[in-house]
Amino acid sequence: MFDFIPEIPLASWVDWIVDWITSTFSFIFNPIRNQFGDFMSWSASQLASVPPIIIIIIVAVAAFFLTNRKFGLATFSIVGLLVIYNQGLWEELMFTFTLVLIASVLSVIVGVPIGILMSKSKLAETILLPVLDFMQTMPAFVYLIPAVAFFSIGMVPGVFASLIFATPPTVRFTNLGIRQVPKELVEASEAFGSTGTQRLFKLELPMAKGTIMAGINQTVMLSLSMVVIASMIGAPGLGRPVLSALQRAQAGPGFVAGISIVILAIIMDRFTQNLNKSK
Amino acid sequence: MPVIEVKGLSKVFGKNVKQSLKLLDDGKKKDEILKQTGDTVGVNRASFEVEQGEVFVIMGLSGSGKSTLIRLINRLIEPTEGSVTIDGEDLAKMNQDDLREVRRKKLSMVFQNFGLFPFRTILQNAEYGLEVQGIEKSERAEKAKEALDLVGLGDYINQYPSQLSGGMQQRVGLARALANDPEVLLMDEAFSALDPLIRKDMQDELLDLQQKMKKTIIFITHDLDEALRIGDRIALMKDGSIVQIGTAEDILMKPANDYVERFVEDVDRSKVLTAENIMVRPETVNIDKHGPRVALERMREEGLSSIYVVDADRNLKGYITADDASDARKKEIRDLKEIIKTDVPTVGRDKPMQELFEMIHDSPVPIAVVDNEKLVGIIIRGTVLAALAGESEVHVNV
Repeated sequence: MFDFIPEIPLASWVDWIVDWITSTFSFIFNPIRNQFGDFMSWSASQLASVPPIIIIIIVAVAAFFLTNRKFGLATFSIVGLLVIYNQGLWEELMFTFTLVLIASVLSVIVGVPIGILMSKSKLAETILLPVLDFMQTMPAFVYLIPAVAFFSIGMVPGVFASLIFATPPTVRFTNLGIRQVPKELVEASEAFGSTGTQRLFKLELPMAKGTIMAGINQTVMLSLSMVVIASMIGAPGLGRPVLSALQRAQAGPGFVAGISIVILAIIMDRFTQNLNKSK
Repeated sequence: MPVIEVKGLSKVFGKNVKQSLKLLDDGKKKDEILKQTGDTVGVNRASFEVEQGEVFVIMGLSGSGKSTLIRLINRLIEPTEGSVTIDGEDLAKMNQDDLREVRRKKLSMVFQNFGLFPFRTILQNAEYGLEVQGIEKSERAEKAKEALDLVGLGDYINQYPSQLSGGMQQRVGLARALANDPEVLLMDEAFSALDPLIRKDMQDELLDLQQKMKKTIIFITHDLDEALRIGDRIALMKDGSIVQIGTAEDILMKPANDYVERFVEDVDRSKVLTAENIMVRPETVNIDKHGPRVALERMREEGLSSIYVVDADRNLKGYITADDASDARKKEIRDLKEIIKTDVPTVGRDKPMQELFEMIHDSPVPIAVVDNEKLVGIIIRGTVLAALAGESEVHVNV
């Protein structure tokens, strides 16, 4: 019907842009890939070298105190982690955990300041909201392609893709939390002569803390899902057995690896949630 | 010299500010301007001065612009026009740094819903104003504690706001405002969120504190009784404009226009008015010059059943009744001293009207208002009823 309009070469434009970025910024990407990649494998292998029993005990004790001395989460953590260990997936677990941790921390470091900016500037909010929508709705796999172009394969592109996919909730919730600070409290802080920075650190961030933590919880969950997907581009961890089980149509091993991810997800989710409640 | 001087202060919310201001000049009303330009007039050329140690109440119904006005004073809302002068400096024109200094040192605000930070303890809340000034921790804790002691919360410093009742929370708000020892306290509907009994306690407490501290207070309220109770002077606002400024009595007895008159219609005047406001000029006889015959004659002329007796210096001596005077005339008694009654009910000029009701009910004769033994007026049932009904001029026959 609209045949008179030639097909717009959107795909080749994007290709061109990605190529351009890759070649132009390789002086940034390459050191990141090398240094950061080394750092991540080093931390993951350090963590993996700790005897599992010690990690299980630490997690259980932390869970006990974080949940106000209740045994529920502690018991679940012990049983869950033992199951993963028993299935021979401990090392994969440590890699996944390291990746999620690093990706989440980076997301928070990037996301909270952007969220603050959004809450302070109507313009920034207008520009960033559709960008965040885009970042979240674009199928997660798509991020892996430029990630590989920029950082080759392995952990680093995994973390990069996760950063893009998992940061939006932290940004959104930070923005929301600050905007939800009651007007009278903002007036009170202004009326007593606070500077902008004082208002932010003495009122807005403490008030928004609960909401921001809810965003961080989401970010951690999204990081986990992304890190699993990132096994497609060679990131180590629990995603790999899932992927190989998929390729060989082995339901059993796929389920075992899947349940391990679920266990990790539940533990991390409850941890971040309780971190929020306990204060 | 006034502490704060507000001149032609205006706020127009909207996009056609210039045009709206022009319309205001032409004397157009708030709703006409809204229709023509889409702008909302918050405050229309408010001007007043507040003296050191004065409690200046700005009172009006919701939408009258009183909350906007108080926020224009410390520039939580940017004024469209006009000036706010404090210590010779115009707040409306100063830069952000100077403004912050003024807010830190000279102006403190108390909020309707207390405005306390829920994650801070009572002490930390009270310290806030000092903290943002960068005052050292031990010093600010000391000052904040003093302020909390002043409002009677010295024992609660480590609690959190949610653990306190509304009245206590507002005391914290007050302590926070007092901690940096400001010249002017801005109180925005400070007691409106409290229940009536607590509100009355807080008003009393504020007046007590004011006795000690002699701060300059600008107090916003929608409650006329509250305004009359605590205000040295009251500014009444309507549709963004100040309609009348005056003392409680001015507003009650000499309302500037119909609006004020209707506004004060339902006020419990007995709480505001004093003996002086409602007394009338007494008919008297002179104890040294007059006898029962003159007394009786005067009572007949004025339709009285009793008359007060004074001496040449108007010192109150007592009263005589018509019956006694008439008997005395029959018995040919010449001297009033023989029939005078001295059980006169007397009150001072500033006796609240509220306390007169019972006296006047029990007394067979009008109440005498005296000032240093001298009779200055009398209060009769009719004048009390007239004053309660809101007559500004009292015309009564006894």
